Amino acid sequence: MDLSNLTIHQINDLLKYREVKSADITNSYIERIKKIDPVISAYLYNDFEEALSNAEYADKIIQKNKDFPYLTGIPLSIKDIFLIKGKKTTCASKILDNFISPYDATVIKRLKKNNYVFIGKTNMDEFAMGSSTENSAYKITKNPFDLNRVPGGSSGGSAASVSADLCAGSFGTDTGGSVRQPASLCGVVGLKPTYGLISRYGIIAFSSSLDQAGVIANDVLDAAIMLKAVAGFDEKDQTTRKFEIKDYPEIVKRADKSIMKGLRIGMPVEFFSEGLDLKIHSKIMEIKDLLKDLGANIVNITLPDTKYSVAAYYVIATSEASSNLERYDGIRFGGRFNEGKGIQSLDELYRKSREFGFGKEVKRRIILGTFALSAGYYDAYYKKASLVRKLIIKNYKDSFNNVDIILGPTSPTPAFLIGEKMSDPLSMYLSDIYTISVNLAYLPALSLPAGVMDNPAKKGGILPIGLQLISPWTTEARLLSVAKVIEDEVKFRDKYTPVI
Amino acid sequence: MNNNNYNDFQDARHSFEAVIGLEVHSQLLTKTKMFCSCQNIFGKEPNSMVCPVCLGLPGALPVINLEGVRLAVKAALALNIGINKKSLFARKNYFYPDLPKGYQISQYLDPVSSNGYLTVKMDGAAEKRIRINRLHIEEDAGKLIHIGNRSYVDLNRAGTPLVEIVSEPDISSASEAVSYLKALREILVYLGVSDGNMEEGSFRCDANVSIRRKGDSKLGTRAEVKNVNSFKFVEKAIKYEIERQIDIVLSGGKVVQETRLYDSKENITRSMRGKEEAHDYRYFEEPDLPPLILSEEFISEIKNSIIELPEAKRYRYVAEYKLTEYDAEVLTQDKDIAHYFEDLIKENNGRVEIKKLANWVINDLLFGLKVITSITKPVPEDVIRKAVSEDEGWTGNSKVIGNFVPQYETKLTDVGARNFLELILEVETGNINKNTGNTVLLEMLKNPNKKAGEVIKENNLAQVSDDKGIEDIVKQVLDENQKELADLIGGKDKLFGFFVGEAMKKTKGKANPKKVNEILKNLIEEKKKVS
Ligand SMILES: [Zn+2]
Repeated sequence: MDLSNLTIHQINDLLKYREVKSADITNSYIERIKKIDPVISAYLYNDFEEALSNAEYADKIIQKNKDFPYLTGIPLSIKDIFLIKGKKTTCASKILDNFISPYDATVIKRLKKNNYVFIGKTNMDEFAMGSSTENSAYKITKNPFDLNRVPGGSSGGSAASVSADLCAGSFGTDTGGSVRQPASLCGVVGLKPTYGLISRYGIIAFSSSLDQAGVIANDVLDAAIMLKAVAGFDEKDQTTRKFEIKDYPEIVKRADKSIMKGLRIGMPVEFFSEGLDLKIHSKIMEIKDLLKDLGANIVNITLPDTKYSVAAYYVIATSEASSNLERYDGIRFGGRFNEGKGIQSLDELYRKSREFGFGKEVKRRIILGTFALSAGYYDAYYKKASLVRKLIIKNYKDSFNNVDIILGPTSPTPAFLIGEKMSDPLSMYLSDIYTISVNLAYLPALSLPAGVMDNPAKKGGILPIGLQLISPWTTEARLLSVAKVIEDEVKFRDKYTPVI
Repeated sequence: MNNNNYNDFQDARHSFEAVIGLEVHSQLLTKTKMFCSCQNIFGKEPNSMVCPVCLGLPGALPVINLEGVRLAVKAALALNIGINKKSLFARKNYFYPDLPKGYQISQYLDPVSSNGYLTVKMDGAAEKRIRINRLHIEEDAGKLIHIGNRSYVDLNRAGTPLVEIVSEPDISSASEAVSYLKALREILVYLGVSDGNMEEGSFRCDANVSIRRKGDSKLGTRAEVKNVNSFKFVEKAIKYEIERQIDIVLSGGKVVQETRLYDSKENITRSMRGKEEAHDYRYFEEPDLPPLILSEEFISEIKNSIIELPEAKRYRYVAEYKLTEYDAEVLTQDKDIAHYFEDLIKENNGRVEIKKLANWVINDLLFGLKVITSITKPVPEDVIRKAVSEDEGWTGNSKVIGNFVPQYETKLTDVGARNFLELILEVETGNINKNTGNTVLLEMLKNPNKKAGEVIKENNLAQVSDDKGIEDIVKQVLDENQKELADLIGGKDKLFGFFVGEAMKKTKGKANPKKVNEILKNLIEEKKKVS
C-alpha cells in the first residue's frame, strides 16, 4: 500500500486508530524517495536509518499513550539551513561541506519533543540566497509539475519534497519569500509567520532582521499543525516574543464559510500592476469574486511605498548577510582551501577559503552588502533603506485599519524554466516582488494554491498558481482560517497532481 | 649648539601643549559571558569555556547578560555619566582569527551611557574635571597564542564582557593621564565592577595623543598609542609620544594620524603601518538583539546599591572622624580595609576614641599583617616529592624545589572586628599593656580563630593589678638592691625609674606600670620617714 500521498492529519488519524504504524508510513516515503528523488533532486541527503529508528520510537510512544503530539511518527523534511546535532548542515554551500552540527536548532529540539521522523535535508539556494534553488552548490531541484522548470527558492527542495510526496511536510525559511514563492510554484501551502514567532536559534543566518522559519505543507490544517509544534518564545533568541500561541489546528478545523461574512479583504493596487502574468491576475480575480459571493467586502487599498521594497530589501538583506557570513573564514569550521596546504598568510587563507567556498550569488551579495555599509555610504544606503522599511511598516499599519486581511498573488510568474533567469539577477530578484514587503514589515503571510494555468511549453501540462494572504502582526489564526475556507472552495489537491 | 640657541630650542618646545584622551577597556566581574552562559573565568584549559554562541557557530544567537548591564550601569552612575534608557547594540566588523563571528558586538551610535565626568586629584596640583564622552558595553575577543611559527586560537575569553570608557581630550600631561587612570581604576575596583588587573589585561588603556601650540584652540593630528599595560608604561609612552610629535613639528614635519604600539623594552612608540589603519568597521545595528531598554526601577535599584566611593570616604573620615588626610588615605585605599574600619567603629559604639581605633588599624593591625605574611617557610618536602613524580620529563620543577612559601595566609578580615576590638579594650582599659597587646595581636594573626581573651588567658598575660601582689614584688626588688635604695633615699631621684624597670622585669611586663609607680612611691616615702 502506498501511504506517501497523505496529509499529516490523515496520517495522524491512521496512527491514532492503529490502522498503520509510523514505520509503514516511513517505509512508503523511503520507497518513493528512492524511486522519484533521483529525478526531482529535492534532497541534499537522506538518513533512512535515522528515519526508521525515529519511526520505531514514535510507534512505541503511540502504543503507550492515547494522547500523543500531532507530529508523532510523521516523516518531515528539513531545509539544510537548520542545524541538527550530529548531522551535516551545509546550507547548500561548499564552505560548509564538512560541517557537522554540534547542537540542535530550537525548531529541531521542539520537533524531537513531538517525536517527528527526520527523513532528510532538502536542497536550497546557497545560504538561502535565490529564488530558484539553482544557486545550490550541489544540485538543481526540478519542479514536480514540470521537470524543466525550477521549484522556486530558496526553499525549493522543501517545496518540491512536499509537492512530490517525498515527505508529509517540510520546514523551510523565508527571508524575502523563500517559503511562499516555492510553495506557490509547486502547488503547496507555504506559511511565513510573524517575525519572532518561531525561534531562529540554530538556523543559519542570512539576514537576521528578515529571516523567519516557515512551514510548507499539503494543506492548511497541516500548516497549522506544524506551526503549533514549533512556535513560541525561546530564551535563546531575543527576537522571539512571548506571543500567545493559539491552538491553530483546532481553529482551522472550526473555520467555515461563515467567517467570510463581512470580512474586509484588501486588494493592493500595487500588486496588480505591470509585470504580473495575466493568467495569474485573472485567477486571483476569480478568487476575489468567489470571496465576494461568500459575503466578504472587497476593498481596494494602496501600499504606495512597497514599490521601493525590492530596493530596500536588497540593501538591508545584503548588508546583514555580509556581516553574518564573516564567520565563514576557513579558520574554525567548514571548508579551508586545500586544507590550508600551501597557504602563505592569514590573508591568503581568508581569500582562498572564501573564493572557493562561496558561490557567485553569495559573493555578489556579500560585495553589495559590504559596499552598502561602508564608511561614507551608510547614510545613503543602509540608513535610507531602514527609513523605507519604516514607511512600508506604516503603509501596512494604515491599511489594516481598514481591512482585516490582504489578498494578492504570491509570485508575478508561474515556475520558470531552469536557467531562464540565471544570467539576469534583477529579473530573478523581481520574483519576490510581492513577498518581500511582508518580511520588511515583520508580518505573517501564507501562499495557497489558487488553481493552475496551462503550461505554455507543454501541451496538456499545468503550472500551479499561488495566492498570497497577508494579515496583521501575530494574527496567524485569522490567516489560517481564511486560507482554509478558500482551500475548501478551490479543492486544489483533489483536482491537480504533479507529473511525477 | 651655543647657549642662546639651546634656550631658544627649549622655549620652542615649551610653546607646545599636549592634548590627551584615553580609551579604557575594563573587563566586568560577571559570572558568565556577555552574550552566552559560559563562565567568565581565566586560566582554564584553552577552548574549554566555550559554547556555540561564543564560538560563533552557524545559527547561534547572542542573549544579553543583565548582570553585565547592571555592572556597566553601576560604573556609569559612579562616574557621573548619564544613563540612556534606550541604547542599541551594534556590530563592529573585521576579520581576525580571535574574533569568531567576524564582528564584535559593541555599542556605537546609542551607547548605554554618555556625557559624564570624573574629578581627579592631580599629582601635586589641584583637582581637575575630566569629561567622559561615553561608557558602552561590548564583548572581548579571544586570544592568539604563537608557538614557533604556528598560531593557535583560544576562545575562552571570547565574549567576556567589557566596558569601554572614552574620555574627552581634557588631559594635558602623562602624569595627569596616570592620575585619571588611577582614579578610574580605584572606582571600578571599589564597586566590584572590575578587578582592575592591568598586567592580565582586564583593565587596559589606549591613549590618543596630539600636540598644539599653547593658545591654539584647534586640535592637532592625533596618534593612538596602544599596548600600555601598566601605569608606568602609560606615563612613559605618552611622554615619549609628546616629545616625538614636538620633534616632528619643530623640524618642519607633520604628525600623521595612525596607531602606534608602545615598545616597553626600548621605551619608544612604533607605527603599526598597513592594514590596521585602513579598517572600515562597517558599524550597523545588531539585528539579533532588541534595543536595550532600562526601566527607572532598574536604574534606581542600581543607584541604591552603590557603596560610598573612596573619595567621599576620605572626605568624611577627615571631616567626621577628625583623622589626618594621611590616615584617611591609608584606611580607604582598599575597600576591605575601609569596611573593616567602619565595622570596628560600629562595634566600638563610642567606647574608644575613633582616632585611637584608626591608629590601632594602621599601626598595629595592618603592620602586624605585613609582618606575619612575610614569614616564609621552605616548600614542604611532600609537595616537592609530588611535583617531581608528576614531572615525568624532568622539564624543571625548579620553581618548587628550593622555594619558599608564606607560612601564614591570614587576611585582614580573618580577625573579626569584634575580636580585634576586644583586644583594643583590654589595652585601653589597662588590663594588659600595649606591648603585651602587640604580642597578643601577633598570636591572633597566626591563629585568626582565637579570641583575644583566650590568647591572654592561655599565655597568662593579664596584668597583675592587685595591690598586694605588686607590693610584694616591689618590696622584693627594694630588698635585692640595697645600695641603689640608699642612694635614692639620699636624693638620687633618677633611680626611681630603675626600680620601676626592675619591678616590671620581675612581672614579665604584666604589672600595671601605673600601679607599680604608685606603690613604689608610697614605699619609698615610708622608708624616707623611717630613716
Ligand atoms: Zn559561550
